[in-house]
Amino acid sequence: MIEVKDLHKAFGTVQAVDGVSFIARDGEITGLLGPNGAGKTTTLRMLYTLMAPDRGQVLVDGIDAAVDPLGVRRRLGVLPDARGLYKRLTAGENIDYFARLHGLPEALLASRRDALIKALGMEDIANRRAEGFSQGERVKTAIARALVHDPRNVILDEPTNGLDVMATRALRQFMARLKAEGRCVLFSSHIMQEVAALCDRIVVIAHGRVVADASPDALRESTGEHNLEDAFVKIIGTDEGLAA
Amino acid sequence: MSAASGKARRSAFLTVFLKEVKENLRDRRTLTSAFLTGPLLGPILLVLLLNVTLNRELDKAEKPLPVPVIGAQYAPNLLDALKAGGVVPGAPVADPERAVRKQDADVVLRIAADYGKAWRKGEPVQVELIYDSSQRDANTAVERVSQLIEAYARQQGAMRLVARGLSPSTAWPLHVARRDQATPQSRAVLMFAMLPYFFVITIFMGGMYLAIDLTAGERERQSLEPLFANPVPRWKIFAGKLAAICTFSTASLLITLLAFAVVGRFIPAEKIGMELDLGLHFGSCVLLLMLPLVLLLGALQSMVAAFAKSYREAQTYLSLLMLVPIIPSLVLAILPIKAQAWMYAVPLLGQNLGIMQLLRGDGISGQQIGLCLAGSLAAALLAVLATIQLYRSERLAISA
Repeated sequence: MIEVKDLHKAFGTVQAVDGVSFIARDGEITGLLGPNGAGKTTTLRMLYTLMAPDRGQVLVDGIDAAVDPLGVRRRLGVLPDARGLYKRLTAGENIDYFARLHGLPEALLASRRDALIKALGMEDIANRRAEGFSQGERVKTAIARALVHDPRNVILDEPTNGLDVMATRALRQFMARLKAEGRCVLFSSHIMQEVAALCDRIVVIAHGRVVADASPDALRESTGEHNLEDAFVKIIGTDEGLAA
Repeated sequence: MSAASGKARRSAFLTVFLKEVKENLRDRRTLTSAFLTGPLLGPILLVLLLNVTLNRELDKAEKPLPVPVIGAQYAPNLLDALKAGGVVPGAPVADPERAVRKQDADVVLRIAADYGKAWRKGEPVQVELIYDSSQRDANTAVERVSQLIEAYARQQGAMRLVARGLSPSTAWPLHVARRDQATPQSRAVLMFAMLPYFFVITIFMGGMYLAIDLTAGERERQSLEPLFANPVPRWKIFAGKLAAICTFSTASLLITLLAFAVVGRFIPAEKIGMELDLGLHFGSCVLLLMLPLVLLLGALQSMVAAFAKSYREAQTYLSLLMLVPIIPSLVLAILPIKAQAWMYAVPLLGQNLGIMQLLRGDGISGQQIGLCLAGSLAAALLAVLATIQLYRSERLAISA
């Protein structure tokens, strides 16, 4: 479970995150929706302790990120906005590297890696060097290395960015599977259909603030709009930066 | 630590270190720079340079020296004396000044038409040597001809005094006796003043691409943020990377020392009375002196590279940083200062002094080695701590 309480973060005079609070529960997919530049990536970066908030608290399974950042990172699987691979290593070696950094024992490491390679359908690239991977192959490898330590909580920053239809479909199925396994899945997106199709709960962020936090159905009800797209536009106040 | 037990874990430090080594061993550019161009450039350059210089010096000293002479017919005795000294008088040239400037001749001798008349009267006469001292190449030739002429003049002067019943010593009450204390080894030092810089360059080139990759490279490839999302303190990641840099630069240094040891045997230094020992003892002393520098340069390189936004920018910064270590070598080559004890504690300068001392064959004292190691190690630790501090910054990981 991920709890975020009143997060603030400023870069110079720009208030990127201005009082964000929400809860992402286990066995649910929580979507962080907002236009580009709304503060989604900055919020997530504070969750996986890459940045320290100016104010507010982050709790992951009850552990305070400010007190025990390593403990928080141990409980998180993170696919950041930046998902570069080591091009001179094979996909398998890329996964192994992160597994070892998580302190996985060597024997367990091999079985975890192989299971993920199978689950993500990347047997054909496992022993190929990452140089020249397609966008989809890169994302698969990045997800595998993020989940190799079997984390309870999974954070995915715009996971379908740049993927084609087939890869997107496969990724959505994989996320549903993570949910079925009882994990807490938190992902950000600026694509409404994706959020609507996947999420149990939607947190809408605009201008660094949470402007709505509800289930898709509740959102439709509260705005009085039948169409989810119209509901979002109404909540955010503009359709700028949103994609259908 | 056997994997069969199923409990074996690799420490984060070792994981980062082994991954960096493996990854960079697969990179041709890093390999070429660390194990080929970096370490071998110095020795090869030195051999080529030395062979050219030595052969030229040897040639000049032994070979017959052609000198165009204007007015040779007025001074047959002088010309005989020159011929005895190995000078081959050549045909007169029309415009000696131009010939010298255009390097058609190293030196031209001009004898005035009234030479014979004045000589017979016992009046002082003048001969002219026309040369261009900015052509360093010609200096040996000029020196040789002028010494031959002066020797001839002294000899003739002595004969005139004897003819008048005077002792030649009347005219030369004072003699300078030169006692050169240069040993064959110390003479070699002049030519090897840049050797310490070669070692520094080698260390630098060996770790350069790794250092760039460490921050700027990872950031450009967008892999630094995921890396920092792992539950490993950043200083441990940095330590693993620094260890990889140091391993590569130490390997480069070893290769270059080996190459110098091999190459040292082919330098015909003894021909001009020099002695050169680049063997095992020299190599191991240099390695010891250089080890703290390996750490210092590795930390400095990572620090500078961390400020760069991109790979290319880091490359530019590091090329500039590479010029800094040349300063002590240049200063020592231009201003031969007397070494004070504290100088050994100054990083780079201390190594420079120590290596020059080894080349001179003077040996190096335990105190000097101690100062050198302590000074450089202290600087290295400071640089490491500063870089760790830099690594903590939030901005470091953000790609965009």
